[in-house]
Amino acid sequence: MNMFSIGSFVRRPEFGAILSLIAVIAFYVIFGGVNLTTMFGAASWVNFAANLGIVALPVGLLMIAGELDISIGAMIPAGSMTIAIISGYYELPIIVGIVASLSIGVLVGLINGIISVKTTVPSLIITLGTLVAVQGFVLGASVLITGNASVALDSPQWAKTIFGQLIGGNYQVIIIWWFALTIIFAFVVHKMKYGNWIYAIGGDKISARNAGIPTNKMIITLFVLSSTSASFVGMCGAILFNSAQVSGGMNYIFNTIVAIVVGGVLLTGGFGSIIGIFIGALTFAIVNQGIYFTDIDRNWSSLIIGVMLLAAVLMNNSFRHMALTMMTKKKK
Amino acid sequence: MSDNKPVLELRNVDKSFGPIDVLHDISLKVNKGEVLCLLGDNGAGKSTLIKTLCGVHKPTNGDILMDGEKVTFNRPRDAADMGIATVHQFGGTFPLMSIGRSFFVGVEPTKGWGPFKIYDRKKANEVAVKAVQDFGITRIDDGDRLIGGLSGGERQSLAIARAVHFGARVLILDEPTAALGVKQAAHVLRIVNQAKKRGLAVIFITHQVMHAMAVGDHFAVLIRGSIAADFRKGERSREEITDLMAGGETMAALEAEIQT
Repeated sequence: MNMFSIGSFVRRPEFGAILSLIAVIAFYVIFGGVNLTTMFGAASWVNFAANLGIVALPVGLLMIAGELDISIGAMIPAGSMTIAIISGYYELPIIVGIVASLSIGVLVGLINGIISVKTTVPSLIITLGTLVAVQGFVLGASVLITGNASVALDSPQWAKTIFGQLIGGNYQVIIIWWFALTIIFAFVVHKMKYGNWIYAIGGDKISARNAGIPTNKMIITLFVLSSTSASFVGMCGAILFNSAQVSGGMNYIFNTIVAIVVGGVLLTGGFGSIIGIFIGALTFAIVNQGIYFTDIDRNWSSLIIGVMLLAAVLMNNSFRHMALTMMTKKKK
Repeated sequence: MSDNKPVLELRNVDKSFGPIDVLHDISLKVNKGEVLCLLGDNGAGKSTLIKTLCGVHKPTNGDILMDGEKVTFNRPRDAADMGIATVHQFGGTFPLMSIGRSFFVGVEPTKGWGPFKIYDRKKANEVAVKAVQDFGITRIDDGDRLIGGLSGGERQSLAIARAVHFGARVLILDEPTAALGVKQAAHVLRIVNQAKKRGLAVIFITHQVMHAMAVGDHFAVLIRGSIAADFRKGERSREEITDLMAGGETMAALEAEIQT
């Protein structure tokens, strides 16, 4: 059974994602007259994909486990404001700001996770609550402390090198973080037992618990990962742009969900892959940023994203169905 | 049977939730290599009894004994550690996971060292496929296949094979044939028989008398939380059992009513 078969390829969650990616590029080339060398040489969409992709990885895992985290929309500005206030406004060493920024991610993740496992409230509602609460907290605290909704930050060179420099003048260093995190996540999810646990939790939480999986611990960990990665992205942005704003981040909520679903993750949980989420973020970034390289007016980009999302969902559905029925046929 | 002590025994077990008594004075025993069929209509307390057996609920009064010794289950895990495995109606399997992965869920085989222990897919698939084939399901030959592609009977069989593989001594089957067609049900019954031959104590919960008669050695009928009848194979006819389950003579009365 080691032979390459179409069946086993179609069965993979990232199959739909690859098709979407090809379709989107083909669409831009045919209808937008895009020059592929210019587009692939450009940094804008890679930067966009990296920022989105880092958040999409853990949120996608949460979705595989049957949960959802939309509080990331507030965690990105929370992460950048935390470091800007501590290291910019109070001029404490940057490391304090970094630790504080990530800690606030851990804290909110713990709150989301613990409420989620202790109650039966859907995580969409819980994280909607923390989303709004964190947003309000960040704005209130920022105005209270600094009297301003925007704070400047001056980072030392080492912090810039690691978190916020532009490689070759255009490419954000966060791209490297994105690749590295994708590899780590892919290893943990697809090669270690933890991945199996996440799929089992998303498939049937009660059976998973009966099988001895620490479901609560896993879910809390995933919530911590997702909000921490969001505050990480915010922190990197603050270091890169030398300033932080209270607003922004809300787009990330829908962008990540689209990227994850296009990446082949099932909204109801139990199915998906890290490579799929990676490709999903890439595809989304190409649609969103690639439109600038086409003759198409950029006002149409939301339309394309919407159509792509629907197409991806329908495609994933029918491929999954096909994968399952193909298996039954094969055994006759 | 090497020893005469029943593998699992309930002695005068009562269970009530607040003021509501669900089980009264239940005494049951199941021996090694024996199938105990627990029959009962909907609402007779079957589910509560299962949950008591597998550690979800604690009995209000009475004792649970394993091999003649008193045991207490504080949580399902305790019962599982003692070798009590429960297979639910829908098999407790994960439709979108591969056979190998779902077989080993929670106890994944790994290879490698330290933090780089990786999931051993090849071994998991081999073991899982062998375990189910040993139960006579030769149609499963690829451990990478998704559970969702299997029939209901095959899923049940897989779940039973899994329980046996991981050293279950008592197998509690909760309505394993309820959602299945005739052929699939026969398949599952064959697997139950296999498990029995391997020396497991099986508790088979059903309301289908035919299925119970096919595999059971010992029968208990549950009505409104009490054991209404307790008999061995061949002591009662199918009609008698059906009547008992329906709460006495109602079936016969109904038939008479229809005929007149």
